[in-house]
Amino acid sequence: MIETRSLSVHLTETPILHDVTVKMPLGKMTALVGPNGAGKSTLLSAMGRLIKLEHGEVLLDGKPLSAYPPKTLARHLAILRQDSQITPRLTVRDLVGFGRYPHSHGRPGPADVEAIETAIARLDLKDFADRYLDTLSGGQRQRALIAMVLAQDTDVLLLDEPLNNLDIVHARTVMRVAREEADKGKTVVVVLHDLSVAAAHAEHVVALKAGRLHSEGAPDTVLTRDNLSDLYDTEVQVIEAEGRRIVLTV
Amino acid sequence: MVKTRFLLLGLLFALSVLAFMTLGARGNWDFVLPFRGMKLLALVTIATAVALSTMVFQTLTANRILTPSIMGFDALYLMLQTGLVFFLGGFGFATLDPTLKFILETALMLTAALLLFGAVLRNAADLSRMVLTGLILGVFFRSLTALINRLIDPSEFSVVQQASFARFNAVNADLTWIATGITLAVFLWLMRQHRALDVISLGREAAINLGVDHDRATKRLLVAIALLVSVSTALVGPIVFFGLLVSALTHRLIGTWRHAALLPASALTAATVLVASQTLFERALRLQTSVSVVIEALGGLVFLFLILHRRPR
Repeated sequence: MIETRSLSVHLTETPILHDVTVKMPLGKMTALVGPNGAGKSTLLSAMGRLIKLEHGEVLLDGKPLSAYPPKTLARHLAILRQDSQITPRLTVRDLVGFGRYPHSHGRPGPADVEAIETAIARLDLKDFADRYLDTLSGGQRQRALIAMVLAQDTDVLLLDEPLNNLDIVHARTVMRVAREEADKGKTVVVVLHDLSVAAAHAEHVVALKAGRLHSEGAPDTVLTRDNLSDLYDTEVQVIEAEGRRIVLTV
Repeated sequence: MVKTRFLLLGLLFALSVLAFMTLGARGNWDFVLPFRGMKLLALVTIATAVALSTMVFQTLTANRILTPSIMGFDALYLMLQTGLVFFLGGFGFATLDPTLKFILETALMLTAALLLFGAVLRNAADLSRMVLTGLILGVFFRSLTALINRLIDPSEFSVVQQASFARFNAVNADLTWIATGITLAVFLWLMRQHRALDVISLGREAAINLGVDHDRATKRLLVAIALLVSVSTALVGPIVFFGLLVSALTHRLIGTWRHAALLPASALTAATVLVASQTLFERALRLQTSVSVVIEALGGLVFLFLILHRRPR
């Protein structure tokens, strides 16, 4: 389980996050939603130890992140950032293999090979496994990156807009895989823009507005017309169709 | 595939060494071999230092266009050297024991590089900003050097001038041994962590995610780079585009991302290019000074090519 305590982050003078205290429940998929510039990616990066905190702390299983040695932490916590660029000329299998580095330290054993092949299969990458990343489309590359953090097999999985560049079929694949990970007892946090996707897949929703926690709770309580209209400062409609919530702007 | 290419590289290197040692030799072999052997050792050391510093720098900044020289590392070294002449006087500088001088310059270089480039590398993800920073730092160091040059005596200026142009045929023997030792030590240290280097080449965020202490690794690798740049600059002077030429060639020739192969391959490539061109120019064409000019010209063309043909992302 991962949580933050009165977390504040400043990037170049301007404060991005103010005093955010939030818990990502264990074994559940949490959707992080909010308008552009609300601080969703920053909160995710702070939880993923990628940026410095101005104030407050991030706790993993009750212990601050700084108390973990980096190597240990990489076996418990994985983060995928938006638009990660990879310079070396790697094949998909090489890239996914890097996800095993925290476990194998570069000497992959049979268990690592199996984890790599499983991750590749789960994201429908079998046909591209030996292709170079620079020959793939944006969506295929995005799936390869997701497969890499999946192969890392951590208790906490932080995904920043994993549905970027993905078509509807693969967006559903990725959400299904994230769902399976949560069902295995892992804590999955996903930054999502599509609120209907959040309503369909997440069990917990955290909404940020202007760097502060706006609301959190079950999708039924957060993804309502009034709450969302307040969050986005615009009229939002929520309709129920075939047992699912669909969020529309008016 | 990597293995056969390695063998090929090794063969080319052996050939260029053979040519360098034997072509145009007249007189006593007992004299020729040790004399040329010393020069060969210096050339191979310089080539390895340039190759390794470039490869490690490119790994650290996750790009293939910037090199320590382009970022102004050698300009910094030259500025420190000119500063030393200014403060010690030309006579003091010239009479200073070369080894002591080298140690002094290297120590200054390590401190300055850590302070300056440590700060610059925090924004390593922004390539255009890095290129601009490098250009500005280079111009800044060169202008400061020029300013000091104007302040000192004309006779002392000649001492500085000797140190500030690349010369491959007049290398100090004592320094060569120290330089070889340092380069070899850094090479072994880098090879011990070739797997961590693979991870670092994915970029800062991916490396942190995979459990690399990136800040600490950056500091240590910067020290290694500063050491290697000190070695090559102290031995021959600044060579701006050689590292870039070597890195582009190595990636083309060996085609892998594994540092276990990349590091030795880059050293072999660099040594082959340097020894072969030195043989060609000194022995076959009987030109003494043009090696550095030709290498710079070729490297400059590679730089332009890389900038103009960057893969669109």
